[in-house]
Amino acid sequence: MIEIKDLHKSYKMGSNSLHVLKGINFSVKEGELVAIMGSSGSGKSTLLNILGMLDEANSGEYTLDGVPIKDLNETKAAKYRNKFLGFVFQSFNLINYKNAMENVALPLYYQKMGRKERQEKALKYLGQVGLTEWATHLPNELSGGQKQRVAIARAMAAEPKVLLADEPTGALDSTTSFEVMDLIQKINDQGNTILVVTHEDDIAHMCKRIVHLKDGVIVKDEKVKQVRASEYV
Amino acid sequence: MFDIERWQEIFDTIRKNKLRTFLTGLSVASGIFILVILLGFGQGMQNGVAHEFEQDASTSVWVWPGVTAKEYKGLNPGRRIQFRNENYENTVSLFSDDIEYKSPRIFVRDVSVNYGNEVLVYSVQGVSYQFQQIDNAKMSEGRFVNYSDEIGTAKVAVLGNKIKRDVFKNVDDPLGEYIDISGIPFKIIGFFGEQEEREEEVIYIPITTAQKVFNGSDRVSNLAYTVPPMENFDEAAARAVKFKNDLKAYLQQAHTVAPDDTSAIQAWSALEEAKRYYGLTGNIKFFFWFVGVCTIIAGVVGVSNIMLIVVKERTREIGIRKALGAKPWSIVGMILHESIFVTAISGFAGLIFSMGLLELVGPHIEVDYIMNPSVNFNVALATVFVLIFAGTFAGFFPAWRAAKVQVVEALKDE
Repeated sequence: MIEIKDLHKSYKMGSNSLHVLKGINFSVKEGELVAIMGSSGSGKSTLLNILGMLDEANSGEYTLDGVPIKDLNETKAAKYRNKFLGFVFQSFNLINYKNAMENVALPLYYQKMGRKERQEKALKYLGQVGLTEWATHLPNELSGGQKQRVAIARAMAAEPKVLLADEPTGALDSTTSFEVMDLIQKINDQGNTILVVTHEDDIAHMCKRIVHLKDGVIVKDEKVKQVRASEYV
Repeated sequence: MFDIERWQEIFDTIRKNKLRTFLTGLSVASGIFILVILLGFGQGMQNGVAHEFEQDASTSVWVWPGVTAKEYKGLNPGRRIQFRNENYENTVSLFSDDIEYKSPRIFVRDVSVNYGNEVLVYSVQGVSYQFQQIDNAKMSEGRFVNYSDEIGTAKVAVLGNKIKRDVFKNVDDPLGEYIDISGIPFKIIGFFGEQEEREEEVIYIPITTAQKVFNGSDRVSNLAYTVPPMENFDEAAARAVKFKNDLKAYLQQAHTVAPDDTSAIQAWSALEEAKRYYGLTGNIKFFFWFVGVCTIIAGVVGVSNIMLIVVKERTREIGIRKALGAKPWSIVGMILHESIFVTAISGFAGLIFSMGLLELVGPHIEVDYIMNPSVNFNVALATVFVLIFAGTFAGFFPAWRAAKVQVVEALKDE
């Protein structure tokens, strides 16, 4: 599903340049649940941004679902993001003047889906994260865990090839974190490919594979025995 | 433009940001409102001034005598000047090129006017037949004094419509009735209308009759002329002023008055006066335009200011939308669409409201020199479009910058 070959990324900081990713080789198959771990500054967020086409690499190849991702302009990147990717952020990033259902329906709007169809589909995905009754509530009327579930429903509504989660539990307490991880595991069980960036060990172990990043290179890439989050809930 | 989904998205945004939308709209609507009202009153002043000068023929020149204020050639000041027929006849032959219509006038004083048992307290004036053109009296019935009345010293009278309404309201056909002036019967031959009611409270009789019957001898109270109309207003005004000064100079000389004595011979030219007022209203109109345009600029600055704030406030939202697959142009489109919509609606609201107000209140304004304030609809409409265009232009750059911002950066924005 994801193929990365010899990926480099550096940032210009005045006259110096900061080499963040120093040749990453890495691939993800369909249906995998991968955790990307590393301390801050290891380059894990940069890697996720490149995977999410929010940022572009200096050199190297990136293929997503057989499509080479290169020469991106804003419009093309937007199209690919909409078609291939779902995002879950640490800070939820819901639009605060839209209610839960409208938030979930938003990516479908950019897929040019009709309003009625959008709403039906949004309600279906809200149902899958257990928030049907909260459909008409605004984000500020929801708890942190509920917000993240709405965000996950939103990411899934577009039916992406890959779900990218950047510290999805970073802003949540541990009980809520496990609820969210339980949801992510269930979505993975349905065959969806998911990448989770985290620095928490227990969260990483709820995935099936852990990629350790340090100073811009992959230091360890291991398959782990998945811990089911439902055991803690 | 008629993408129903886009409209729904915009209505959602507007509904959820009522205050912001309202304030944007208010600044636009008030800008248009103030502009239209100002322009309306500028026009109203011009109408009003034009109206005031329609009362008499627009090219009329009047001369009347007063009392000398200066000692001249051994004559003491304080001498009352009296015009005579001879003065009038001399001016007519001296300045025949400058004269279109002409008439002397005499105020007949100390006479009693009766119709049956009713006493009529109105001014009686002896005039020549061309006075009708000079005074712009419009005949509503019958005719004015004519040349043969004048030659034959006919005992005929022309009355204002106000007198007809007041005295002859119960008379079926007052034409041909007789009124008594100092016991002498005068036949009513016509009724005339004027713009101002008080100018209809006059009885005109032939000047020859006034002089002979009422012991006027050859005395004349004042002289009235019109200069021939010309294509160019400024030239006509200059000619009227010259004619006025020539008249004065002649009459001063004829009555042995110091040339710099302003009170002995006085003259007035409608064109000169009109020119002064038109110049003034022109300046006022220009000033109103200037203020109006400044208001519009303030409105545009307001709109672009609000647009900047809107874009800043929505940076994070724009980042989210982009992460979800919004293309840059759809972001620009969304922001501009909203701003155009709000500007247009409030601009037209301001337009309709202000024009409605002018329509409703305008005709009821009864102030001198302001009449029927109104505004050219196309001009007002054009200003709304200018405002929309300027608002769009002002909103485009922040919108474009917002659409270009990196998603990662935008999402960091708090």
